[in-house]
Amino acid sequence: MADLQAQERHDAHRGFPPTGRSRVVDGLRAYRLIAWMWIRSTMAYRASFAMTVFGNFAGTALDFVAILLMFSRVDELGGYSLGEVAFLYGLSSAAFGLTDLALGSVDRLGQRVRDGTLDTLLVRPAPVLAQVAADRFALRRLGRITQGLLVLGYALVVVDISWTPLKVLMMPVMVVSGAAIFASVFVAGAAFQFVAQDASQVQNSFTYGGTTLLQYPPTVFAKDLVRGVTFVVPLAFVNWVPALYVLDLPYPLDLPEWVAFLPPLVAVVCCALSGVAWRAGLRSYRSTGS
Amino acid sequence: MDTQTDTQKDFGPADDHGDDFIRLDGVEKVFDVRKKTGFMRSERRQVRAVDSISFAVARGEMVGYIGPNGAGKSTTIKMLTGILTPSGGRLRVAGIDPSRERTRLAHRIGVVFGQRTTLWWDLPLIDSYRLMHRMYRIPDARYAENLDRCVELLELAELLDVPVRQLSLGQRMRGDIAAALLHDPEVLYLDEPTIGLDVISKAKVREFLRHLNAEQGTTVLLTTHDLTDIEQLCRRVMVIDHGRLMYDGPLTGLHEIGESERTLVVDLERELPPIEVESARVVKVEGPRQWLAFPAAQSAAPLVARIAAAYPLVDLSVREPDIEAVISRMYAEKATS
Amino acid sequence: MGTWRLYTAVAAGAFRRYATYRVATAAGVFTNTVFGLILAYTYIALWDERPGLGGYDQSQAVTYVWLGQGLLAAVAVMGGGFEDELIERIRTGDIAIDLYRPADLQMWWLAADVGRSAFQLLGRGVVPMAFGGLVFHLALPADAGTWLAFLVAVVLGLLVSFAIRYLVALLAFWFMDGAGVQQLAVLAGLFFSGMTLPLNVFPGALGELARALPWSALLQAPADVLLGERTGFALWRTYAFQAAWAVGLLAVGRMVQSAATRRVVVQGG
Repeated sequence: MADLQAQERHDAHRGFPPTGRSRVVDGLRAYRLIAWMWIRSTMAYRASFAMTVFGNFAGTALDFVAILLMFSRVDELGGYSLGEVAFLYGLSSAAFGLTDLALGSVDRLGQRVRDGTLDTLLVRPAPVLAQVAADRFALRRLGRITQGLLVLGYALVVVDISWTPLKVLMMPVMVVSGAAIFASVFVAGAAFQFVAQDASQVQNSFTYGGTTLLQYPPTVFAKDLVRGVTFVVPLAFVNWVPALYVLDLPYPLDLPEWVAFLPPLVAVVCCALSGVAWRAGLRSYRSTGS
Repeated sequence: MDTQTDTQKDFGPADDHGDDFIRLDGVEKVFDVRKKTGFMRSERRQVRAVDSISFAVARGEMVGYIGPNGAGKSTTIKMLTGILTPSGGRLRVAGIDPSRERTRLAHRIGVVFGQRTTLWWDLPLIDSYRLMHRMYRIPDARYAENLDRCVELLELAELLDVPVRQLSLGQRMRGDIAAALLHDPEVLYLDEPTIGLDVISKAKVREFLRHLNAEQGTTVLLTTHDLTDIEQLCRRVMVIDHGRLMYDGPLTGLHEIGESERTLVVDLERELPPIEVESARVVKVEGPRQWLAFPAAQSAAPLVARIAAAYPLVDLSVREPDIEAVISRMYAEKATS
Repeated sequence: MGTWRLYTAVAAGAFRRYATYRVATAAGVFTNTVFGLILAYTYIALWDERPGLGGYDQSQAVTYVWLGQGLLAAVAVMGGGFEDELIERIRTGDIAIDLYRPADLQMWWLAADVGRSAFQLLGRGVVPMAFGGLVFHLALPADAGTWLAFLVAVVLGLLVSFAIRYLVALLAFWFMDGAGVQQLAVLAGLFFSGMTLPLNVFPGALGELARALPWSALLQAPADVLLGERTGFALWRTYAFQAAWAVGLLAVGRMVQSAATRRVVVQGG
């Protein structure tokens, strides 16, 4: 009897061949389920939740306050007005905020490898990346997005942009591609932690450091640094390159104009590369177990 | 391409209906370990955590998998669940290669890590079960039936609405076991399921596992440090040490090989010469405290009565033989034979 | 004397413990260097626009950046170190055991924090400073006296930092999940220590306020000492300012601690 039941159950499972599409669907579904559990968990501590929402908003706002303080003493920074800096700042923060909300806790991967809790994710019928991305999903991170969008709104009011339909279209595309570029950095950083479990800080310097860098005009930085974030870790495509096209300002490097429309392509390539890195990292974990 | 033919073959009825629900053929796991040999210098060394292990487990068996820390138990379980990829050999669970089709296998196995809960710390217990319901896509009727059964047998009714952080260790373990069973796994792996539990909780967990195996026909493979788990649950035991399978057979056979002894620790009123008593021998004396070894099969009561009659007794306790002791005796037997 | 040896041992233990996190230290140094680069360039642009801003010349401003990155971990501007552990012990109730130890709770954690700080001053401080010195022209003093005066200011800054973080961690007795309070404390620390922008660049009343708050003892005070802005009487006034906050906040910490202790006793652990 028991044997028959087991056979019957087995048959029921046979109907799920693992295809590429179902993996993505499975991943998104698992992500949604886990994220919802985290939202409910945070609600167990309501007072603290309210404080962290405020904290997240205020914390990111302080970055902008620092810029305001600078402009209380000067009229231009690197040849840019306050409105133009706010434009860069808003785009960078909104894109980064989206990524931070969606998968801001993947930098805890090293911790999970160390304490062995990654194993409990590996025995679930869902892609590990989706489970890791949804880990500690926190609505308080809406604070950063809100703040970024507010600054962007301010910039749109004060900066005199000669709008064309193309430029209007570029705005949402920039935020979404920018978020995808940041996401690839997050995932690649997590993949690196399979190898170096204590190195979450390295990831932070590319993610948090990246968004900080992009909040300032590219003219401020040394040419080599700008080349690095344009050609090596292409963070410049989050906002600098396309945003300067919208602002009609020259990019410090000599690049053709069509480069401004590359962000979606750069995002796709980056995501593909970081996907490969993730798979390599997971494979190495599963062959070494450490 | 290779996978395709493999899968075809493994799904053949002979393989699945046969005795070998779990099958390992010369499975190996080799780790590269880096050892510091000086400043900025390190040496790579290969460690065989699992060294060519072969065994088969039939559907519906309940098997104890024991060995000292670092013997390769967890590594084996991790390969069986698809967490780790074997370095060599062939491994099949229900006809599936775990490391290649991990997520598909996940629907058919249940795993309980004794020292790591998979329950949601800040949420009521029932919420963790609802997540399992949806993540494993368990049909509603099946879920309701399985949950009811687990709640009844594991006595969880009053705990369902309690946040997991407020549960005792024993309650949490029962909760974890239920969580691993809601999707009707054909095999349940338990890694140290009774570690740290009090006597009553241990008894409840064992009773449940016995029932699960007998009534549901679920195959159970458990690792443990507690020989009592094995004695009460498993007819078959596998002993692993240094990555090698040292013994695979009935529990009684293990006793024959490593006939074990229990220890009676006696506190006397004052320092006295070693106690002389029938069927036990003093192995250690420290001030007024003495350690006596006696055969594991023998009851402690008459021995205690005899000592109490002849010596000024203050306190006493009985220590069960541990796995390490049994294994070290196994080695000794092998060396002499 | 016995207790003194105990605390020395605790500090040495903490030093060694942090010294074992090699990868984490290297990763932290990397981050400090990246942020140092970003900030240094923005400050150069700022001082290009307004030479002499806040009384610093450009190389002093850049030195300030690298000093901030070098001290970030040592004076724990963003928290880190013992707080998570202490909060965890409060959450789980293990703190009840600590209260029956023969050592003073506050002194115990202070000793551990001093050990941590000493390691991070070396492990996380030296390399970013050296990197900054290679890439930019830094205004570092040549005389040992200024360096010594700077070290004293760092130690006082650490005491203030510890006192603040200890208070924040103790709040976990009342808010069972301390994350929110901790986060606000980190923000206040980042902003009012002068980590984002030197406090002498803050305009008007905000500047007056920021320079009077305890966080200015963490980075602004040691930086001003090292940059040669505080000598003679001004140096002693800076020390007095830092010491006053340290003593005051440590005393408040003790009061909160005894209130918390009573609470544990009432709860029965």
